[in-house]
Amino acid sequence: MSVIDRKVLEQHGVTEGEYARIQELLGREPNMLELGLFSVMWSEHCSYKSSRVHLKTLPTTGPRVVQGPGENAGAVDIGDGLAAVFKIESHNHPSFIEPYQGAATGVGGIIRDIFTMGARPIALLNALRFGSLETPLARRIFSGVVAGIGGYGNSIGIPTIGGEIVFDPMYAGNPLVNVLCLGLARHDDIIKGQASGVGNPVYYVGARTGRDGIHGATMASAEFDESSAEKRPAVQVGDPFMEKLLMEACLEVMKTDALVGIQDMGAAGLTCATSEMSSRGNCGMDVEVSLVPQRETGMTPYEIMLSESQERMLLVAKAGREREVEAVFEKWDLHAVRIGHVTASDRVRLFHHGALVADVPTKALTDEGPVYRRPMARPAWQTSVQQLDLGPLAPPASSQTAFEALLASPIIASKRWAFNQFDHSVGTNTIAQPGTAAGVVRIKGATQGLAVSVDGNGRHCYLDPYRGAMLAVAEASRNVACAGGEPIGGTNNLNFGNPERPEIMWQFGEAVRGIGDACRALDVPITGGNVSLYNETEGRAIYPTPVLGVVGLLADAAQTVTRVFQAAGAAVVVFGENRGELGGSEYLARLLDLVQGEPPALDLAAERALQTLVVSLVRGGLVQSAHDCSDGGLAVTLAECTFGSGGIGVEVALDGVKTVPAPFVEAATLFGESASRVVVSVPDGHVAQVLTAAAAAGVPAQVIGRTGGGDIRIDVDGATTVRMPVAAAEELWATAIGRRMQSAAGAA
Amino acid sequence: MTFAVIVFPGSNSDYDAFHAASAVVGAQASLVWHKDTSLGGADAVILPGGFAHGDYLRTGAIAKFSPIMAAVNSFAERGGPVLGICNGFQVLLEAGLLPGAMVRNRGIKFVSKMVPVRVEATDTPFTGACTAGQVLRMPIAHGEGNYFAEPAVIEALERDRQVVFRYVDEAGQASAAGNPNGSINNIAGICNAGRNVVGLMPHPERACEASLGSADGRVVLDSMVQAFAAGVAGGRSLA
Repeated sequence: MSVIDRKVLEQHGVTEGEYARIQELLGREPNMLELGLFSVMWSEHCSYKSSRVHLKTLPTTGPRVVQGPGENAGAVDIGDGLAAVFKIESHNHPSFIEPYQGAATGVGGIIRDIFTMGARPIALLNALRFGSLETPLARRIFSGVVAGIGGYGNSIGIPTIGGEIVFDPMYAGNPLVNVLCLGLARHDDIIKGQASGVGNPVYYVGARTGRDGIHGATMASAEFDESSAEKRPAVQVGDPFMEKLLMEACLEVMKTDALVGIQDMGAAGLTCATSEMSSRGNCGMDVEVSLVPQRETGMTPYEIMLSESQERMLLVAKAGREREVEAVFEKWDLHAVRIGHVTASDRVRLFHHGALVADVPTKALTDEGPVYRRPMARPAWQTSVQQLDLGPLAPPASSQTAFEALLASPIIASKRWAFNQFDHSVGTNTIAQPGTAAGVVRIKGATQGLAVSVDGNGRHCYLDPYRGAMLAVAEASRNVACAGGEPIGGTNNLNFGNPERPEIMWQFGEAVRGIGDACRALDVPITGGNVSLYNETEGRAIYPTPVLGVVGLLADAAQTVTRVFQAAGAAVVVFGENRGELGGSEYLARLLDLVQGEPPALDLAAERALQTLVVSLVRGGLVQSAHDCSDGGLAVTLAECTFGSGGIGVEVALDGVKTVPAPFVEAATLFGESASRVVVSVPDGHVAQVLTAAAAAGVPAQVIGRTGGGDIRIDVDGATTVRMPVAAAEELWATAIGRRMQSAAGAA
Repeated sequence: MTFAVIVFPGSNSDYDAFHAASAVVGAQASLVWHKDTSLGGADAVILPGGFAHGDYLRTGAIAKFSPIMAAVNSFAERGGPVLGICNGFQVLLEAGLLPGAMVRNRGIKFVSKMVPVRVEATDTPFTGACTAGQVLRMPIAHGEGNYFAEPAVIEALERDRQVVFRYVDEAGQASAAGNPNGSINNIAGICNAGRNVVGLMPHPERACEASLGSADGRVVLDSMVQAFAAGVAGGRSLA
């Protein structure tokens, strides 16, 4: 009589092996509702079944870690009894199907994760990937995602203080929308998503439940094909106003001490919230599903439990303190509805108008899910893409032309077209604004500040996922160091293709290994994150794209610098070695249409020494600016230091690198992307001290020129290779993306 | 003196205004919930930025029905100084305390950036400490800040010097290039005929400390403090 056949299992994304395990755990066949509960909790998105064995290898502990992975967000100590609470999360699949709402609800989801912890969200950052801007589809998705991020974040009043955006055809069918939220909490106020206390009431609060987003978690666990547009009903619609009310009300309720635990209903909705809260508290929960506020009539328990309607929270209050909790929500015109209670059992039991409709062991849903050690295989093409022989090639353009092309490249060009749509001033804490590498916020009532950066380079990871992932950690960490922040914690968003393919799984395993090694070497514990797999369309995967978010602690928020030159006449010093590495560079991709070679080498000990040095120099007030050298190499880095300075130019003389054939010496010197380099500007009076400090730290340092004049001028081996007025270069860089968006709009 | 900062559900720059008025400027400030009916003896009122009531229907359209607005109306009628910032300005327009309306920014998009704004009138409680023509750098952050009114209303505003703030370019000129949202005549802020109610789209409260990129906006709040000290406007009897 069972209606669960192979077709039903397929619709639920449950394999026959998994189904057998469900029957074993239940000791019987599940009914349809129970199958639904298992299908979402055991989906890749919720169970991390393919990634878990790898994630376990990441370093997650350290003296500052207040909360590691496993809760709604991680937390690190920042002194004075305060903690930085943060996490990054993706909303990739929904953003392809419905860019505005997909991105908006992604922002909403990560904000809920942060305030659920008892922290007030104070900043947002995002890491975005789109297809080539030359295509209408990519422009439409880019435009919609940016509007959606702004539409939600701006309204709720949390500033977007930074991020990075990359355009590459590899993301045409699978854009990436990764959003990091940073919050602030007192250690004592951190609240966990756990249920406890038999008889304690379970409350539902927030938006009513509709049929939207049913099986969203399952959608995020499958590849796209030509019918993906039909999945639009699985994308939720966001209501930032409701979330704002929820946030304020929840933060107020948390102050009452009447709360036991709280969790947002994100992926897998009420199913996830009830089972995870009970599981963490080692208890059970009885819920009367008909009491759940519903937006539509005739909803079945299945639909109610699997809905991913946004802006909903589940909370457990202390028995006897119900009125206090209800009163706070009433003040905000929200209704806290009691839908169940905590039980002494180890089961989640669901009732519908009093009849038992599901009865499942809690841990079966949360802990007993499948764990796959999926086969991994290094792709056959891996070795060949790492071969880079410049010998038969010639630079296609002069250094000057290449410089201009790189400044206008969408990857390097200013992202102000997007950032100007994000409110970065609300909250009056934002010190360093989007577009200056790390975002920096002060903390009212404390001396400290926080710097945050998100970074990832899919091209590097495609060429070598292990080294590429290490480079991502190093770059994010280096960026916060350049703002004077000591890196103290990280969060990762792992965006990959279909893990059932051994070469994708190999990329994943290698990337996680790289993150682990780099985080251990740089002392950056990973406190949480998100995995997004199945980023494939019609069998074509994205570049493996781990995105790292790193939080840095500024001892004094006033002791920070940006990339921007502050005065003419300062010495320009470069730390680190220029090895002229062009493998995986923007130069090769842009000028020669070549994604080839090994990504830049990385010596983690040298990287750490560099970052420690830079932090101490910034804190000591010895440098006026600091900028990490990455996409576009030293030439682009120097140019970026002049942008926003009001036209302060720079003149430098570089020694040509010896590592490439003669025709490429200029290009490799100017545009090579060797890692572990930082450009600083130093007033004359501090130069000797800075060089001494660098020598003591074992960091190569060289005075390469001075700030001043109105031009960017770079000589290599005595010959002028690049010379351009700052204003002209800045115009090119600042308007490149806007021009593409505008001319496209005009054409449409 | 005491600023009352009204908190609507959806206000998001309420605490920014509170912080600027209290911690930075050094005045007293209180947060007043929109369901309250009294301003609690405040000497000046700030309607803060945000998206009151979700800005559903139209920006500011529902906020005018909040219980506290009756108190704000009568405070304004008695000459009490009221400052509406961004969404607060939109609320003042909807409430009829200021003339005109806001429409979507030219170019449709939300605009968030630091802009130069010229002070056009120094005879309001919020600009008394400015010099005429002074250019202030303040952030804007809005999707609907494109000020619109019938030609006759614009003419009257200009004639009666009720345009208090105007967007300008880097050279200080009210040019098309200096207009970030399409507002008629580059209007960034206006006052009522009594000159005690001022609304503006830029955020002076977010530009009160140099570390945040500009301290130029502080003069707006300082003006109010000085006006109160001089007894020109405000006064506890008003509330």
